[in-house]
Amino acid sequence: MTAESKLLTMRDAIARHVPSGSIVLLGAQLEQMIPFAAGHELIRQSRRDLTLVGPISDILFDQPVGAGCISRVMSAWVGNVSAGVGYCFRRAVERGIPRRLEVVDYSNFTMALALHAGALGVPFLPTYATLGSDLLKKNRNLRDFSSPVSEEKLVAVRALRPDVAILHVQRSDAQGNAHIWGSLGVAVDGARAARKVIVVAEEIVEPSVIASDPNRTLIPAFLVAAVVHEPGGAHPSPVQGYCGRDHAFFTEYHEQTRRLEDFEYWLARWVVQVTDRTEYWKHLDASRVEALAVKEHAFSAPADFGC
Amino acid sequence: MARSEANLAARGYTFGELMVAAAAREIGDGELVFVGMRLPMLALLVARRTHAPGAVGLFENGVLRETPSTELLYTMGDPPNLRGATQCGAMLDVMGLLQQGRVDVGFLGAAEVDRFGSLNTTWGYRNKEMQRLPGSGGACDIACLARRTVVLLAHDRARLCDRVSHVTSPGFGSGEGWRRAQGLPPASGPSSIITTLGVLRFGHDGEAFLASVHPGISVEEVFANTGWTLRVADELMETEPPSDAELRVMRELDPNHFWTR
Repeated sequence: MTAESKLLTMRDAIARHVPSGSIVLLGAQLEQMIPFAAGHELIRQSRRDLTLVGPISDILFDQPVGAGCISRVMSAWVGNVSAGVGYCFRRAVERGIPRRLEVVDYSNFTMALALHAGALGVPFLPTYATLGSDLLKKNRNLRDFSSPVSEEKLVAVRALRPDVAILHVQRSDAQGNAHIWGSLGVAVDGARAARKVIVVAEEIVEPSVIASDPNRTLIPAFLVAAVVHEPGGAHPSPVQGYCGRDHAFFTEYHEQTRRLEDFEYWLARWVVQVTDRTEYWKHLDASRVEALAVKEHAFSAPADFGC
Repeated sequence: MARSEANLAARGYTFGELMVAAAAREIGDGELVFVGMRLPMLALLVARRTHAPGAVGLFENGVLRETPSTELLYTMGDPPNLRGATQCGAMLDVMGLLQQGRVDVGFLGAAEVDRFGSLNTTWGYRNKEMQRLPGSGGACDIACLARRTVVLLAHDRARLCDRVSHVTSPGFGSGEGWRRAQGLPPASGPSSIITTLGVLRFGHDGEAFLASVHPGISVEEVFANTGWTLRVADELMETEPPSDAELRVMRELDPNHFWTR
């Protein structure tokens, strides 16, 4: 018996699985494999009152914040990794433009522990990280306590269970068994902590391809609600083995979103007036697309699972 | 910029290159190094190719590298930083090593650093208005848990301040005994602050002092650009300029001084 395919278009996946008010994990693999195509679809479908969760989502947090989709961010870092600050994030926090934004500040480690606690099914996990910092004073999900087994003070990091984790992966089968390699960040814990997962894949492969290398199956299908086949869905972030990082795009975003009216123009051009990812790629110059292609493949040695 | 170019013409290196060389010398052979982006990444490469061939780099995305990437990186997640890595794990793997006390040195940048080495990367002030900055990332974790922390930043009166307005990443707090009272690990804390004018180190009381000034920089200039009354080492040194070997490595990877203006 063949399991049912979970393949959906990005439009349908977001429509069905990410209602307004959801807690959404994005950018689990840090600077790689950031699900920009999904973020843009959230904006096009005018989601409101979302909570964004993630350690560092580069400019993917800045864009829906600027579009007014977000009421809360739980994160270690929000900005533009290679170019500096995120102007939409700043406008929202400092001046409530386009709407007020609540920020719950984590460090990378405490964000990873919050998701790990969610993945393990425990209410909190202990750490020394953030002791003595203002993060501990201001984030109510971080509480210091006395260790019950030693004479020490520790921080309890409250478990986080996102409603949905959106993860860009290299390849998946139609049921959602997914291979990821390279930059893992908090992807594995994020998938387990979330109540459901949307997998966005560069390639859809046969289940036999996934089963040929089970150590690389970091997301099992039973966690997955939808699979979207969206090659290039992570641009301008890189996907190891598939697409380079478009450094200039991040710099241009920085320059083109400094003023509110410039951001609105940027948003119309790259998101609102674009129907889907195929059309988005048509907006990129041919020379740019060519420069992002993998120049030299570097395949790993095959692992022998024979018996 | 103009001044940096003048320095390059007159002395044969830029301030950025001097800072990278100083940072590289903070890395010992065989040490586990939590690398940030930009200057620290170059510092690790310089250290590995000169005095510390056995130093290993850790990145927050879970990457562990024993050999340098062959291309200039903009972020730790750039594909060339993963290709040829020794290990690509999860964030918790490298953070676990950090919390175990196995990471010898971590590098950090900051908007503000204070006289006890605490860092602020969350809130800035310009023209008396609050500015929201990106936040901690892994900086707070490194500042809490690495055995030594090295801070790199431009020397400016507004950025080297008496007390930071927001403690994103704790240094020695209010001085001796503060870290222990907070519950932070005993073998941890700021080790040096490398600026565009000199190198600051920390006394037993947890307060920073001026350990060396860069060639051509006067102590008065350092004082004028520091937001508290800075103490000076009994034997103030001049920062050793970058050697030919160190400059060769930097310029191989950053020939146009993209990171090392």
